[in-house]
Amino acid sequence: MLNIIKRIRRTGILSDAPPESDQPEARVRGIHEHLHRVFGRALRIRHVDAGSCNGCELEIQALTNPYYNLEGAGIAFVASPRHADILLVTGPVSVNMEEALKRAYDVMPEPRWVIAVGDCGACGGIFGTSYATRGRVGDVIPVSATVPGCPPEPMALLQCLLHITSHPGQP
Amino acid sequence: MSLELIAQEGRRLPANVPARRVAVDAQQWTAVARQLQEAGAGLFTLWGADDRDRDGMFHVFAAFLVPGELVVLELAVAGDRPVYPSLERGFPVAARLQRAIHDLLGIRADEGDARPWLRHGGWPEDRFPLRKDFDAATACPGVSRPYPFVRVEGEGVHEIPVGPIHAGTIEPGHFRFSVVGEKVLRLEERLGYAHKGVAKRFEALPLLEGHRLAARVCGDSTVAFSWAYCAALEALAGATVSPRTASLRALALERERIANHVGDLGALGNDAGFAFGLTQFSALKERMLRLNREVFGQRYLMDYIVPGGVRSDVGPRTVRLLLDEGVGIERDVVALRAIYDEHAGLQDRFKGAGQLTPSIAKTQGAFGLVGRASGIEQDLRVTMPWAPYGELRPTAALRMEGDVAARVQVRFDEVMESLRLSRLLLEQLPQGSTSAPVAAVDSDRIGLGVVEGWRGPVMVALEAGAPSAIRRCHVHDPSWQNWPTVDHAIIGNIVPDFPLINKSFNLAYSGHDG
Ligand code: SF4
Repeated sequence: MLNIIKRIRRTGILSDAPPESDQPEARVRGIHEHLHRVFGRALRIRHVDAGSCNGCELEIQALTNPYYNLEGAGIAFVASPRHADILLVTGPVSVNMEEALKRAYDVMPEPRWVIAVGDCGACGGIFGTSYATRGRVGDVIPVSATVPGCPPEPMALLQCLLHITSHPGQP
Repeated sequence: MSLELIAQEGRRLPANVPARRVAVDAQQWTAVARQLQEAGAGLFTLWGADDRDRDGMFHVFAAFLVPGELVVLELAVAGDRPVYPSLERGFPVAARLQRAIHDLLGIRADEGDARPWLRHGGWPEDRFPLRKDFDAATACPGVSRPYPFVRVEGEGVHEIPVGPIHAGTIEPGHFRFSVVGEKVLRLEERLGYAHKGVAKRFEALPLLEGHRLAARVCGDSTVAFSWAYCAALEALAGATVSPRTASLRALALERERIANHVGDLGALGNDAGFAFGLTQFSALKERMLRLNREVFGQRYLMDYIVPGGVRSDVGPRTVRLLLDEGVGIERDVVALRAIYDEHAGLQDRFKGAGQLTPSIAKTQGAFGLVGRASGIEQDLRVTMPWAPYGELRPTAALRMEGDVAARVQVRFDEVMESLRLSRLLLEQLPQGSTSAPVAAVDSDRIGLGVVEGWRGPVMVALEAGAPSAIRRCHVHDPSWQNWPTVDHAIIGNIVPDFPLINKSFNLAYSGHDG
C-alpha cells in the first residue's frame, strides 16, 4: 500500500501539470472547462466500432488516460446508446455492422450527435466502399461532425467534442 | 509420398525465413498434413486463390510451421468441382479458415462445419467476392440471416447473448454463453463483424502501395503487418534492405510490443478492480506514444515501414532520447510489477482464472503470447529468426499455468526483454542508408513475410500479378489460432469474469475478420 501511495505522489496529477500556454495540457483543460459550462452536466458518449481496424479505438481509449482525463472532465463513456448524447462511430461501416449501427442510432434520445471518427468514418478511408463496406458513416446514419486522421490524435477528438457542443442547439 | 516429398520436390519460396513450397495432389495433401502433424508441425494458415483465368483451377495453400522452416502445400482444385480434403481433424484452426475460404471463394472442404463465417448475409450465398469475375464495387443490399448457434440442452441452462457492440471501447464481436446460474458451460463466438474485404481490396492496389493497407488490417499491430508485407515484397523482388533498416524496423516492432503490453497490463489491473494500474500504465503508454510521434512521426508507427526501408531515420539526439526513455520505462515497469505481484486482491482475481491448460493449448495449436503462457515454447524471433533477430538472440517468455496470471507474467517478461532488445538495437545501430530500391517483380510468383508481432506470428502471402499489381494477398493474424482457445479457457468460470479473461487474451477482431 505504501508503495502505491508513493507512486501516486511521484506521478502527480498529470492532466493538471502547470502548463505553458501552448502546451497540450493547457488546451485540454480549456476544453474541459468549456464542456462543463455548456452542458452543466456530464456529457455521455457511446462508442460504436462499425468495422474499424482498431487504430481509432486506441486513440479513443487514450482519451481516458491521465493526460486527457476525459472522465475527469465530466465526459463519460456509457454502455448503452439509450443513455448517450453522442455516438462516436469508427470504421468504414462494414456491411456486417450496418444493422447494429442503425439500431444503436435509432434508440438514442434527442438531441443527439454523431461523430464519424477517422478517415474511414469520414470518407471510407483506404477501404472505401465495396461488397463488404458501405464507406463513410454519413451514408448510413446522419452525421454531425467528422474527425479525419488515421487515426485522429486524441487532441483532434477533444477539439471536435468542443466544436459540436459549442452549438448544442443544432445537432 | 511422405515428408520426403517435401525434401525432394520442395522448391524454395521467397521469404524472410527459410520456406519451401510443394505441389501435391489431394491424397498427398491429406497424407503429408498428417505426417507433419505427427512430426509436431503446426498449421500456420490456409488460403485459396481463383486461378481459373490461368489454368481453369482454384488453388488451396496450407502453410505449416515445422522446426526451422515454413512448408507450404499447394493443391489444385477443379474449377467445376471445387472441393478439397479438410484439414480440420488434425488442425482445429483449419475449421474457421475453411469456412472463410468458402465464404470468399466458393471452394469447400469435404467435411466439417459448413456454416458461413465471414458472410453474415451482406452478399448472396452464391456470390463469391474473391473470385476474379466478382466486381469489387458490387454493393449488395445487406440481409441479415439468423445464425445457427449450437444449443446446449439441459435443466436450468440458459443463454446469454452479448454483442456485437460491447460496453467498452472495443471491437465488435458476438459471444453466446450457455450458463447454469453464473457458471459458463459453453461459449460460442461469432466473428466477422469487422470484415472489410481486405483481400479483395489488395487486388486493386499496386504492389508498392500494399503496405499501407497491410498497416490497416489490424491497427494495434500495424508494425507487424506492414513489416510482413514489405518482407514478402522484398523477397519477391530480390531486394536486400540495409542492416540499419532491419534494426530500425525491429526497434519499431519492439516498441509496438511494449506499448500494447503496457496498455494491456493497465487494463487487466482495471478489470480486476485495481484502477491504479490503469492510471499508471496508461500514462506510461501515452508517454511512449508521444515520443513515437516526435521521433518517428506517428504515435502508433503507422506507415513507418515502407518497401525497401523505413520512412525516417534517427539521429544521435533521438537515439539518446529513446535510450533515456527506455531507462525510465524499465524503472516504472519494475516498480509496478512489484506492486502487482504483491497485491493480494489482484493476484486472487488473476490466479486460476480462464485457464488454458498446456495440453489443450497444444491440441488447439495456440500461438504467440497465449501459447507461451500455456507452455508452448514458440517465438519466431527465437525459433525462426529473420534479420536482425539472429544476432540479437532474444529469449522467449514461457509459463506453464495458462491462467490470467500467466498471461500477465508473460507480458511483464516480454516488456523487459523488449526493453533490453531496444537498448541493444539503439546502442549497436549500424550505419547506412534506410532506403533500398525495390525492383519490378515477375508475375505469378508468391512471396511470404512472417513476423512475430506482439500477439504472435503474423503472415503475409503475396502473389504478384500483371506488372507491379497484386494478384492475391493473404494476411493471417494469430487470433485465428487463439479465438477458439478462449472457448476452452472460459468453461467453468463465471460470466462476470469474462471481460477480465477475454482481456488477458486480447485477441484481434479486425485482424481476424479481414
Ligand atoms: S481511420 Fe485509420 S486508424 Fe481509423 S479505422 Fe480507419 S484505417 Fe484504422
